[in-house]
Amino acid sequence: MSDAVSALQGKVAPGEVTIREAGLRGMIILRGDLSDKKLRKVCTSLTGAKMPDQGKAHCEGDKGLCWMSPDEVLVLVPYSQAVDALAKIDAALGGTHYLAENVSDARAVIFVEGTFAREVIAKLAPADLHPDSFKPGDFRRTRLGQVAAAFWMRDADTFEVICFRSVAGYAFDLLVASAKAGAVGHFS
Amino acid sequence: MLILHCPCCGVDADETDLHAGGQAHLKREGPGSTDDDFEDYLFMRENPKGVHFERWRHAYGCGKWFLAARCTNTLEVFGTYPAQTLEPPQDIKDKITAKRPGWSWGNVQ
Ligand SMILES: [Zn+2]
Repeated sequence: MSDAVSALQGKVAPGEVTIREAGLRGMIILRGDLSDKKLRKVCTSLTGAKMPDQGKAHCEGDKGLCWMSPDEVLVLVPYSQAVDALAKIDAALGGTHYLAENVSDARAVIFVEGTFAREVIAKLAPADLHPDSFKPGDFRRTRLGQVAAAFWMRDADTFEVICFRSVAGYAFDLLVASAKAGAVGHFS
Repeated sequence: MLILHCPCCGVDADETDLHAGGQAHLKREGPGSTDDDFEDYLFMRENPKGVHFERWRHAYGCGKWFLAARCTNTLEVFGTYPAQTLEPPQDIKDKITAKRPGWSWGNVQ
């Protein structure tokens, strides 16, 4: 079996806001009835996280749940556990109307860490990132520059970004350019 | 800049997050319909300067379709509502009437 590598293999661009590719991450797209008890139970047992409400993410370390749409949740687990996690979802939901797919190798995860991380994102996305509107735990699917991306806040100075693996290089360079250009002071 | 509230995920989405889907509330004509009705369904569209009802898809966001009532002249948005709605809802029509008395759209008023 070949060694799996992440899109940018942990590339880091240090600075006042550091851009860092997170390396491999297990990701499962799960579509179904998010109010279904069996679905909620298996999601929580895999991640230790409660099912998030609309527009929220519950993430801790490599694990978490992100609300993607009214019938879709993103299940985050350590990369090595993704295959097993998918099997557990299939076992739990067999016979019900759902769809689960391991998309770990189709995605990239990038951390944006530093004092003006909020502005680094705000410059690139058509989203309201005012501190009163977007807070830790909030999750948003939108675009960064020219490509689709989603992000959420881990804490006041840390964003976690996901995008398609094929555009990871573009997203990384875009975030680095935004960080290098410095703070705007728009939110201060 | 046009900003529409997505009723599916609660996000205020910018035009660049969205994909326009053309006129809303079209009645699909298929086998058994007359040629004239089928032609209307395929090709004939409202093209108002003013109140309009459209389909939009939250393409970069939740991926869902929804419907919007807006003014093509001023970009004022009167409201958005679920795609599973066969005709403009009364509360949306009331909002439009408050701002554009005497408006009509096709045979809706
Ligand atoms: Zn939406």
